[in-house]
Amino acid sequence: MALTGIQIYKHLPKTNCKECGFPTCLAFAMKLSQKQVELEKCPYVSDDAKALLVEESAPPIRKVVIGTGEKLLEVGEETVLFRHEKTFVHPPGITLLVEDTLGTDELQKRVKQAQAASFERVGQQLCLGLIMVQNISKDKDKFVQTIDVTQQNTDLPLVLASSDAAIMEAALEKTAGLKPLIYAATEDNYEAMAALAKKHACPLAVCHSGGLDKLTELADKVVGQGVNDLVLDPGIHSLGTTVAYLTQIRRAALKKSAKGLGFPVMVFAGPQGVDAQQEVLRAGVYIMKYAAVIVLRSAENWQLLPLFTLKQNIYTDPQQPLQVEENVYKIGEPDENSPILITTNFSLTYFIVAGEIENSKMPAWLVIADVEGMSVLTAWAADKFNADKIAKVVNTCGIKEQARNRNLILPGAVAVLYGEVAELLPEWKVMVGPREASNLPKFMKEQSV
Amino acid sequence: MPFAIPKETYNGKINSVTVGKDANTVSLGGISTYPFLGFEGQSQASIPIALEVWNSAPLDWPLALNELYGDVYADPVKWALTCQDKYKADMIALRLASTHPDQGDTSPEDAAQVVKQVLEAIEVPLIILGANHIEKDAEVLKACAEAASGYNCLIGKAQEKNYKTIAAAAMAYGHYVLALSNLDINLAKQLNILLTQMGVKEERIVMDTMSSSLGYGLEYSYSVMERVRMAALKQNDTMVQMPIISDVGIEAWKAKESKVDEAAWGDTHARGILWEATTAVGLLMSGSDALIMRHPEALKQVRKTVADLTSVEG
Ligand code: B12
Ligand code: SF4
Repeated sequence: MALTGIQIYKHLPKTNCKECGFPTCLAFAMKLSQKQVELEKCPYVSDDAKALLVEESAPPIRKVVIGTGEKLLEVGEETVLFRHEKTFVHPPGITLLVEDTLGTDELQKRVKQAQAASFERVGQQLCLGLIMVQNISKDKDKFVQTIDVTQQNTDLPLVLASSDAAIMEAALEKTAGLKPLIYAATEDNYEAMAALAKKHACPLAVCHSGGLDKLTELADKVVGQGVNDLVLDPGIHSLGTTVAYLTQIRRAALKKSAKGLGFPVMVFAGPQGVDAQQEVLRAGVYIMKYAAVIVLRSAENWQLLPLFTLKQNIYTDPQQPLQVEENVYKIGEPDENSPILITTNFSLTYFIVAGEIENSKMPAWLVIADVEGMSVLTAWAADKFNADKIAKVVNTCGIKEQARNRNLILPGAVAVLYGEVAELLPEWKVMVGPREASNLPKFMKEQSV
Repeated sequence: MPFAIPKETYNGKINSVTVGKDANTVSLGGISTYPFLGFEGQSQASIPIALEVWNSAPLDWPLALNELYGDVYADPVKWALTCQDKYKADMIALRLASTHPDQGDTSPEDAAQVVKQVLEAIEVPLIILGANHIEKDAEVLKACAEAASGYNCLIGKAQEKNYKTIAAAAMAYGHYVLALSNLDINLAKQLNILLTQMGVKEERIVMDTMSSSLGYGLEYSYSVMERVRMAALKQNDTMVQMPIISDVGIEAWKAKESKVDEAAWGDTHARGILWEATTAVGLLMSGSDALIMRHPEALKQVRKTVADLTSVEG
């Protein structure tokens, strides 16, 4: 949690020597609390106070970065329990697990499929976060070779899973500089794994399935070895128990009541015996309940689409709906005779309507009215998407100059506005389109003949 | 140092509402924690799930549902029995769709007749739903409440503009009121206050704070329900301590992703079921106590997830 100016002031020298450039220590403390100045500007803070202030102002859940380059995954830094309090920060990395016993063909097929699984939704590209390669064979060469094949087929960051430190060492040589997540430090091997994480500057997962007491203790020990970028794994349990653990870890971290728990958490949605549907529903629960890395055994597109959509829903800003700008948008390459449609600036609405116009294969002009990011019906109910607004946007957005035809298609949901709009825009032929955008392609074809 | 489990202290409790007749009852609510946190109080032991039945053949249901129910669309009694016996629904939600002025405008008497026939045939409790038309619902539900006298049904949805008639009929014939508000904790509370001021007992109200589908507003429903639960359990606000039921199927099967063949989205059938089930689980995790669904396979999947959520190791 951020410290207040007064809390910081207590740890300053209180001599008001002004060397920091501020008239008093209190003034300096106030600026510090707003993060507008660096602590280093005061030459007289004691080392103890410095350490304390750094620790106190650290985020309650540490940010951990897995991988490098464009697709690196950032997790952690969450500050709340409920999304209406403040937006959840880093969406979890949905992870596909592949085993080193798969055989090259099957492995290639799965990794390629995972790499390709990507959907555009509401203007965002949704895809998998990580690929986890698991050393089931206990064979060093097989593991390294599996990693090799995986890397050739994906640029997603990796999780390397082996309980054998010597095998892990070989794998890390193979992935030098790529910062994979090492899975995992356990009671038995944590010293060796911590040494590897330090040597290769990689984040390290810490796994203990014996309850949060044990997990905290182990995480503390690993921190004691000098590794700070940790991801916690509370082990495989029933969904109810895992939700309890995830909730307890998040609460403890936010309250800073248990030191070893201020890290992102990873969970396995599909342990053996869980069917493909249940795997998705469990993963969904974990998205809602604070997991940062969620491991799947199967990742077919029909499973991923609902899951990615849920992730997008839960991690949107609760105060500010996603919006597009008021303007005329070209869908395809419209000319002066192409159809003209109008809708609101709620991103979801815009992208759905634009997508359906594309499906119609007919170029068109889409006029967007700024109604503070509300859907058609919501904006209508709030009296924001009314006849006055529609007439005003049509007259000012520039469509009159770009297109010569004067046919305007209204959303079917606001058919009641037809009369008024027609009156306010006398030179236009106003038409009511279908209620559901999915019927737009059919409607547009009918109009054109 | 052993880890001190950070527990929430709750000051309130969700009312327990029991609908149905004789031995065939179902209870909603009765919990005292945020969803499924059994380690700190009384959490959901199970979630009652209703399957949806219409009094007329739906024209806009997708293939996945038409395949299952097409044969019984013409006969609401058979349809309800299929849901009860074959698909093991905990309740039946009878939506009187054809009473809507734009969808047939059938009469309240006609609707009441169907309600009677369904009630005589089934054993599980019945939820009686209007067609979401303010004026017509009031008329229709009044007639249906009388026809269902003695069966302790849940009837609605009563809204700000028509709650008086519906609540009066529910009280007169011993039913429970399903109160619908629009994604706003204050509106939800206001409607409950109005209902209780009319004389409806708090324990005879169930709320619908408005469901939305995955991908189409789920996050709004989610956060409203979380806030309602906070007010109910932390601030002990008795005017939002009613159990919540979510109308899942009607929203989830509207979404394009649940029904359109699109190669890049994978198998349509499996995706549709999962779209409904994921929407349902999202609503459960934010505070819903009961569900109205459409696809029996989605119902089964949600039941499995709930069983897994309620199983906590010692
Ligand atoms: C989420 C939501 C909200 C959110 C806002 C979300 C947002 N950013 O807009 C919040 C909680 C803020 C909200 C508030 C309100 N809401 Co509201 N809300 C919804 C909900 C659940 C989903 C809306 C949504 O996101 N739809 C998805 C988008 C994509 O739909 P859409 O924009 O309409 O687009 C579709 C079609 O219209 C069509 N289309 C769009 N553009 C075009 C263009 C053309 C040319 C064509 C042909 C087609 C087309 O394509 C799309 C897909 O088919 C709906 C109920 C529901 N399930 O639909 C109620 C709903 C829209 N809300 C409603 C109401 C009444 C309100 C409030 C007035 C409630 C109140 N009393 O406070 C307020 C108003 C806001 C305010 N005063 O600030 C009512 C409207 C009633 C009506 N029919 O008149 C609805 C329908 C719920 C209901 N049944 O009562 N709401
Ligand atoms: S330099 Fe340090 S001691 Fe001097 S006024 Fe600034 S804060 Fe105070």
